[in-house]
Amino acid sequence: MSALVWLIPALPLAGFVALVVGGRRLGDPWAGWLATAAVGGSFLVVLGVFADLVGRGAEARSIHQELFTWIPAGSFQASMGLLADPLSITMCLFVTGVGSLIHLYAIGYMHGDEKFSKFFTYLNLFIFSMLMLVLGDNLLLTFLGWEGVGACSYFLISFWHTDPANASAGKKAFVTNRVGDWGFMVATFLVWTSVGSIGYLDIANAAHHGEIAAVTATAIAVLFFVAATGKSAQLPLFVWLPDAMAGPTPVSALIHAATMVTSGVYLLVRLNPILHAAGWANDLIAWVGVATALVAATVAVTQNDIKKVLAYSTVSQLGYLFLAVGTGNYVAAIFHMVTHAFFKALLFLGSGSVILGMAHEQDMRRYGNLRKYMPITAGTFIIGWLAIAGVPPFSGFWSKDEILAGAYAHNKVMLALGLITALLTAFYMSRQVFMTFFGPERWREADAVATGDGDHADAHDSAHDSAHDDHAHHLTPDHTPSESPWVMTLPLVVLGALAIVGGALNLPFTDSTKVLEHWLEPVVGVHELGVEGATLVALAAIAVVLGLVGIGLAGAVYLARRIPASTVERPEFGWGLWIDRGYAAFMGGPGRALFDAISRFDKAVIDGAVDGVANAVGAAGAVLRRTQTGRVRNSAIGLATGAVAVLVYFVVRMSF
Amino acid sequence: MFATLLQATGAGDKLVTPEVPWSHLAPQLILVVGATVGVIAAAALRGRLRRSVGAVGAAVVAGAAIVSIIPLWHRVSNPAQGPISAVNGAIGVDRFSLFVTALLCAAVILASFTAEAYLQREGLDGPEFSLLLLLAAAGGSVMAGANDLIVMFIGIEVLSLAVYVLAAMHARRISSQESGLKYFLLGGFASAFLLYGIALTYGATGTTSLLRVQSFLAERVLTDDGLLLGGLALMLVGFAFKVGAVPFHMWTPDVYQGAPSPVTGFMAAAVKTAAFAGMLRVFVVGFASYADLWRPVVGALAIASLVVGAVMSVVQTNVKRMLAYSSIAHAGFVLLGVDAASAEGTAASLFYLAAYTAMALGTFAVVTVVGGSGDGAHTLDAYRGLGRRRPGLALAMSLFLLAQAGTPVTIGFLAKLGVIRAAIDADQWALAIVAMLTAVISTFMYLRIVVAMYFAESESESDDRGELRIPWGVGVTIGVAVIATLVLGVVPGPLEHLSDDALPVLVAVDGR
Amino acid sequence: MSPNAYVLLGAVLFGIGAAGLLIRRSPLVMFMCIELMLNAVNVTFVAFSKMLNDVGGQVVVFFVLVVAAAEVVVGLGIIVAVMRRRSGISADDLSLMKG
Repeated sequence: MSALVWLIPALPLAGFVALVVGGRRLGDPWAGWLATAAVGGSFLVVLGVFADLVGRGAEARSIHQELFTWIPAGSFQASMGLLADPLSITMCLFVTGVGSLIHLYAIGYMHGDEKFSKFFTYLNLFIFSMLMLVLGDNLLLTFLGWEGVGACSYFLISFWHTDPANASAGKKAFVTNRVGDWGFMVATFLVWTSVGSIGYLDIANAAHHGEIAAVTATAIAVLFFVAATGKSAQLPLFVWLPDAMAGPTPVSALIHAATMVTSGVYLLVRLNPILHAAGWANDLIAWVGVATALVAATVAVTQNDIKKVLAYSTVSQLGYLFLAVGTGNYVAAIFHMVTHAFFKALLFLGSGSVILGMAHEQDMRRYGNLRKYMPITAGTFIIGWLAIAGVPPFSGFWSKDEILAGAYAHNKVMLALGLITALLTAFYMSRQVFMTFFGPERWREADAVATGDGDHADAHDSAHDSAHDDHAHHLTPDHTPSESPWVMTLPLVVLGALAIVGGALNLPFTDSTKVLEHWLEPVVGVHELGVEGATLVALAAIAVVLGLVGIGLAGAVYLARRIPASTVERPEFGWGLWIDRGYAAFMGGPGRALFDAISRFDKAVIDGAVDGVANAVGAAGAVLRRTQTGRVRNSAIGLATGAVAVLVYFVVRMSF
Repeated sequence: MFATLLQATGAGDKLVTPEVPWSHLAPQLILVVGATVGVIAAAALRGRLRRSVGAVGAAVVAGAAIVSIIPLWHRVSNPAQGPISAVNGAIGVDRFSLFVTALLCAAVILASFTAEAYLQREGLDGPEFSLLLLLAAAGGSVMAGANDLIVMFIGIEVLSLAVYVLAAMHARRISSQESGLKYFLLGGFASAFLLYGIALTYGATGTTSLLRVQSFLAERVLTDDGLLLGGLALMLVGFAFKVGAVPFHMWTPDVYQGAPSPVTGFMAAAVKTAAFAGMLRVFVVGFASYADLWRPVVGALAIASLVVGAVMSVVQTNVKRMLAYSSIAHAGFVLLGVDAASAEGTAASLFYLAAYTAMALGTFAVVTVVGGSGDGAHTLDAYRGLGRRRPGLALAMSLFLLAQAGTPVTIGFLAKLGVIRAAIDADQWALAIVAMLTAVISTFMYLRIVVAMYFAESESESDDRGELRIPWGVGVTIGVAVIATLVLGVVPGPLEHLSDDALPVLVAVDGR
Repeated sequence: MSPNAYVLLGAVLFGIGAAGLLIRRSPLVMFMCIELMLNAVNVTFVAFSKMLNDVGGQVVVFFVLVVAAAEVVVGLGIIVAVMRRRSGISADDLSLMKG
């Protein structure tokens, strides 16, 4: 199988090409089936390569396949090569696995859309780019995939771009990510100058031999982290992700929950040899991660849009991943990345099913009691909820616990913040579940939203609340929700099963149950958590208790209605949104003004200086005319001034 | 050259004319003769020719010139024969001049196809346009090969005069004529500086032959010779004007905006290429021993060009002006390679120029189409929603812009990489860092156009601009440019080998 | 008069031409200033030729004259074309494009 690594990205690429050529002729639903088959085929190849790797010894678990040399000459060499090792194959497994499930789901979700085949064209291109990002054997190839997934993400966010809100959301994602790209490019350059290569194997080699100075390593790590904050929506660049929910729900599940947004984490884990030498950069990563987790979790409490809650929840969970990376707990980061891909994709797809069942209404204040009408969706959604809330034995419990244990070993404040986030997570997810699947059927009340107790929250998200799918809302009081077709519920069931058992990947009981840890050892090395037996159990117990408290609190507020919702949905919780608004103000105001000022400087000062020289020259008679200096003469004066300047320079050089 | 020539005849018996090895000057001769014959034919057959004949004719002539380069390239690559210095040492035939000539001919072919469509749409008379392109290429080719400063001057003038006329070509558009007049007045001004610089150099060294200037300077270093330094400074000014480097750039945005769009593309691609070729030849080779003196100035020009080009492009609302400022920034990048004053820097500059030729001609071909009838729709608004109206065109434009921004797997990335690498190898860290930072600022501007095409919707639902037609000529140009931008971005080896080999040399070999 | 004085004369003429181009507003006069600058260079070439006892500098003058003549043809053509549309135009009016 090892010779077939190239097939992994080639299949989605072939699917993409086929859809470009004949997608429209295939139409709905065959274009979707073709795309699903391409990704599914790719998944089978990944499975084959995975089996091949498992069959080898730990040291030999790395397939490096060079397709051709890309930039041959000179001191800068880069190849088009693929690197299949435990890390990249783990990523490929869930990218193609979850990806094909979401493709399948989208066949049902996008049914009847006029741009059906185009949607799957983009999806296949996205999978291809994501696989290049993961499988590339050097930074440049990863950057290529990085840009590719970004481009697909913008296209898909603004897929229904007749709606101006969607177009503007795509734009926001576009601009925010440019900041991150800058970090990536400069960091790649630094790597090249210090290592002399941009291949991952060379980088790892150089780092192990201590050839990268600590200062350089820190700079590289910080710059790559800047790149990661853009792509993976961390503070302060997270603002685009909630807006990205304007895209179709399968896109939110695939790109903005399971795969693309985790690529920043992948990048940092891939570069762990550099991080080892990077000193305080690790602390920075951990602190930003845990702060993002907390801020996003508080914002999620105040959201009423079902997808917005999940979006902020994603930002928050990504914060956990960076906390794990920053504390050197790479296995936990990958572990939680995988389980998160399962349960968050499940939750998003579930929310899509709900949205479809509720005539494209996304406001949770108009939901209620849906478990009666959509039993499969409700059942799987509840599994996802328990997983993310950290209730044992669901997958999220195991992976989150490892991150918290790592934080405990590192810094107690980080642990405390992580635990508070866990409590909040349980609370807002329970709130969502209770508002959606339990309680009264609120859409039957004529003025549900107006009489609701969440009015104050509108103040925060009125500007951002336009992220509804681009279909007319026809949620009438006599609406009867119905369960979605099998192509949509089947992925839900599969993902639900995975969300339950995903924790088995890395059980902490004995050394032999830590499957993932041993699997990833060749790439990330051995990491001793430094937390043993009793402490670990105590930590787990605290986390579980906090999770249950969160659920209980939400139950008291939204189920039993003992506490009015307004006491918990505090406006102050919307603090994360201030950042967003701050950017808008800056880009509209000072940022634009800065560029204008520089341009004015060029026009006023430089041209002014030029005019000044002109006056000196024209003192003989042109003094009166200077006010009418025209452009041609202005340029000529600039030319002459420049000539004088160059002459003066030479004269000065000559006389010293 | 003239000195020896005439001194040899000093006895006055009979005038010895230098033997001209015609076959070695085949590319230039083909271009000049082709243009001359074309002018006569166009005058004789006025009105009886189809408009596209001009474009096709120019393409055929330029293609023939490229074909004639191939045997010459093999000849000068042959170590037994080596480069030639024809016409008594006035024109060098080396791989450098042949590379640049081929590049210029390629630019002529692409620009004349774009121009064909443009003339058709604007209802302008045809063949002169393409013939002037040929003349300009001939001038540029002479510049690339000039081994004598006076020959260099003549080359510049032939090139410039043709381009002045091209810029003013659209007889019904005031802005086109204004642009031509501005370019002419300022270009003449700059030429005078250049010529005065040549005169001062002649006064200091007693010769205008680059080869003899080089050997003269190698023998004695005249750092305190005011004449030579003045000459050096003024020549630098002349070249800096032609390449559009800050602070000699002020004509660029006005002229680029006003000139017919196909001409703007040609100016960005070919005129810049020829001017840099001359600059590399005179400074990197001829004045190599004075590199310590002129390098800081070139470095300063590079930084100024990079910064001003990038910053000013961001605040523009007219796409042609944006691209004009971006061309200034590109000139800054090429100056990085000039500043390195090394074989590597020269090769990187040539590679950059080749890359920019493809990207600029493609970009301005799209601009020509979007400009619409009257060539006036160049505001950012004209690009809004292009992704929906003409997806193919928008995709090509995005590719060109991203390539100019330096995105990997496009040729633009490798071009930037090359010059930055050359700067670093020459220990010019400050330059390299400025280049990378300004590249980010420029990226913002390119993305503004891309965002306008894809994400911004035109205000009015009904597209009153009507359907944009893509004539076959423009289609050919865009297609070729797309292929060059992408294929050479993935497989740059062949072009890199050519540009690595194409180093300017000064030899006395007559090579008959 | 020594050849040095002619070099100086050339420099002064060149300066006058350059200053004239910067000061005058009529495109035609500006153009004449360019011609003046070119001819100042010619004077310089001849003076150097005399100083160096090298006939090459004088040959150059002929080339420059030819180039200047070609410039006249093109320049006048463009100026006339502009004038025909906007009579009495000054170079300062040519500012459709700026910024």
